[in-house]
Amino acid sequence: MIEAVLQISLVVLAAAMIGLVYRLVKGPTVPDRVVALDAMGVNLVSITAVLSMLLDTSNYLEVILLIGILAFIGTVAFAKFLEKGEVVEYDRDQ
Amino acid sequence: MKTNDVIFQTVAKVVFFMIIFFAIHLFFAGHYYPGGGFVGGLLTAGAIVLLLLAFDIKTVQHGFPLDFKWLIGIGLLFSAGTATGSLIFNVPFFTHAYNYFHLPLFGKTSLHTAMLFDLGVYFVVIGVTMTIIQTIGESE
Repeated sequence: MIEAVLQISLVVLAAAMIGLVYRLVKGPTVPDRVVALDAMGVNLVSITAVLSMLLDTSNYLEVILLIGILAFIGTVAFAKFLEKGEVVEYDRDQ
Repeated sequence: MKTNDVIFQTVAKVVFFMIIFFAIHLFFAGHYYPGGGFVGGLLTAGAIVLLLLAFDIKTVQHGFPLDFKWLIGIGLLFSAGTATGSLIFNVPFFTHAYNYFHLPLFGKTSLHTAMLFDLGVYFVVIGVTMTIIQTIGESE
């Protein structure tokens, strides 16, 4: 029973991923693509969680937190590049 | 135009400690669970990169007043020292030793010299990543 539910949710998450890939390819502006990438990271977190339940292992729990942190840092770096033109500044008071 | 990113800077100050603690957890859990020196070092560098994004290179250098190139040398010294330390006890190169100790707060704990080797890997990964990012960020 629980296995069927997990498989169905995995299919739904994969469908959501396809929608995000459509926005990533089609997106008219760069911020559209960045938001799509960030949502793909969150989606990947849920896919990993469902998969770790399906495989009945707790070894993927570190991966979930890792993907969350990396998606946050990546999105922030992209946002700063779009806003200021450079990712890491030497002196922000200049 | 001067932008005011107070939300990002406040969030970065809080999230920095979460990432650091998670990295230290990954580093120490590496012997029995997924993780280890490489992922821990990369995540520690990621936390410092978050501070670099929120602030700038000058502020981060003020907060971490060490040359990250030294960290590479210290890490290599740790790894090579653990490997050659086994030669003193008349056993082959890279032989590790472990034993069980009763520590006051942790109870029965297994201390292993492979952890010193992992500490070297941790330092080298932080040093290399931060050197690359700082070198790229500084050039005009």
